[in-house]
Amino acid sequence: MRKRQVYLDNNATTPLHPEVKKAMVKAMEAFGNPSSLHTFGREVAQLVAQARQEVAAFIGAKSDEVIFAGSGSEANNTVLNMVSCSSQHCCSFKKDGKTKIVTTKIEHPCVLESARCLRDRGVEVIFLDVDEQGKVNMTQFEKVVVPGVSIVSVMMANNEIGTIQDIKIMSQMAHKVGAFFHTDAVQAVGKIPVDVKDLNVDFLTLSGHKIYGPKGIAALYSKKGIPFCPFIRGGHQELGRRAGTENTLGIIGLGKAVAMRKKEMLSEGKRLLQFKNILKEGIIKKIQDIRFNGHPEDCLAGTLNVSFKGAEGEAILLYLDMEGIAVSTGSACASGSLDPSHVLLSTGISAELAHGSIRFSMGRLTTMAEIKYVLHVLPQVIDKVRKMSTAY
Amino acid sequence: MEQNWVYTEKVKEHFMHPKNVLKDGEDFKSDGEGSVGNIKCGDQMHMYIKVDQDKQIITDCRWRTYGCASAIASTSVLSEMIKGMKLEKAMILSPKDIMKKLGSLPEHKIHCSVLGDKALRAAINNYYERNNMQDKIKKEEAKIVCQCMNVTDEEIAHAVLEGARSYYELQERTKLGTVCGQCREQAEKLLAEYIKKYFE
Repeated sequence: MRKRQVYLDNNATTPLHPEVKKAMVKAMEAFGNPSSLHTFGREVAQLVAQARQEVAAFIGAKSDEVIFAGSGSEANNTVLNMVSCSSQHCCSFKKDGKTKIVTTKIEHPCVLESARCLRDRGVEVIFLDVDEQGKVNMTQFEKVVVPGVSIVSVMMANNEIGTIQDIKIMSQMAHKVGAFFHTDAVQAVGKIPVDVKDLNVDFLTLSGHKIYGPKGIAALYSKKGIPFCPFIRGGHQELGRRAGTENTLGIIGLGKAVAMRKKEMLSEGKRLLQFKNILKEGIIKKIQDIRFNGHPEDCLAGTLNVSFKGAEGEAILLYLDMEGIAVSTGSACASGSLDPSHVLLSTGISAELAHGSIRFSMGRLTTMAEIKYVLHVLPQVIDKVRKMSTAY
Repeated sequence: MEQNWVYTEKVKEHFMHPKNVLKDGEDFKSDGEGSVGNIKCGDQMHMYIKVDQDKQIITDCRWRTYGCASAIASTSVLSEMIKGMKLEKAMILSPKDIMKKLGSLPEHKIHCSVLGDKALRAAINNYYERNNMQDKIKKEEAKIVCQCMNVTDEEIAHAVLEGARSYYELQERTKLGTVCGQCREQAEKLLAEYIKKYFE
């Protein structure tokens, strides 16, 4: 008998939507270079344009405000990298010859590392604190987002704990002092409604493989009229903003993924929230000495992050894996570094609880039966790990 | 192998059914016990040993860990290896000996599995202490290699376990030799020594 497989790591990546797969397989026949003027090229250019239209409409943008990139990391790097460029075109990011950026301590590493690199290049960088539920400290935000700040970059929904930030308020405050606003919405787009006009952001990042699209494709929204400096140069593709022959299959797949999200997102969100509540209640009932991480309400419907006292996360992860359940952990051991999750530590929990954290991230294929199975297996696993533990 | 390490038969067996774990409420009267690591760093290990006084042989042992899969599997293997072993021999067991028994672990996992033998040495030392055999005790004290940045040989060993393979990588991780640079020769010697000890 094949062992039960329960995939609860949808914030890491998602399985391709069957409709996306179909669209991509069909698109494989169209091999032309969208830059070519002949029929082969025009045929593909048309498909790419459709996908761009689809993605733009989904986030309330115009087609010429969306470019495709190779990953969410690339899109985020593009935005942050612009700030330190000293070409004349990019100087609009400088205030009195200086550049200053504000971001948070719980960003994805691609933003954190880019920001640290900028700091080495002489840019002043401020990393905002978050409270114990992962919300940006707004008192501090108000204090540091002042005239002279070039850009503010805050992720919309956190990948680890699911906390959703009040982007609209923050972008408003940033604009008031003349700063641009970027949000890494890779975990938000396709899970909660995102409208760039309503949020009034200048830049927004979204990614394909988090929303049942292919890997290796992402999109960057940049508002019309806002200065832009390409990260990858040397071609006219993507409105001159990202050189390199287009990943046409990826783009077409992303377009289809977004189209499917439009149909499925809202009903799925309600379902996942119900599942999460059942999972949460079940854990509370069956397991002691736990702590839920993230915001109780302003949180992605499918994301539940919980710490188990005295139990090490990687051991939990692998025992669950042996039972066919796939999750992730904030433990250092699983990350290949010595430090546990920077996100969890930023919320102020102890290193021990961060090492003992497990993230369940549900998705469109998650079923009630799977949640029940998890609630059957998890207490035994935690008990087993704790019985071996020096700390429980 | 690298990707499926946890599923090699031996690792899986020891991970799924760890041997000699100290059970809740178990009355295990140890002759020596040792503890290393720290929960903050995500791994801690307790080791308890029983010793045959006359033969100076470990007759039984128990352990507990707050640690990941490779810590669990490697300590489980270690706990089987040391039963019937002379204290002197047990004292010089290295992570490599454990790896050999376990099959193998990917490089980035080896640093998780060095706690077992350290805890064992702490337990043996504790036994010597309890029995007034101070002359046998081998304390592992860190020695400062880089005076400027206050980097110890222990930290160099750690950096190697974490993946440092060249002097440059060692500098990146520990900041050693970034001021006066006089420790370079000694650091390079230790680097080669630890790479050999853990990985070759």
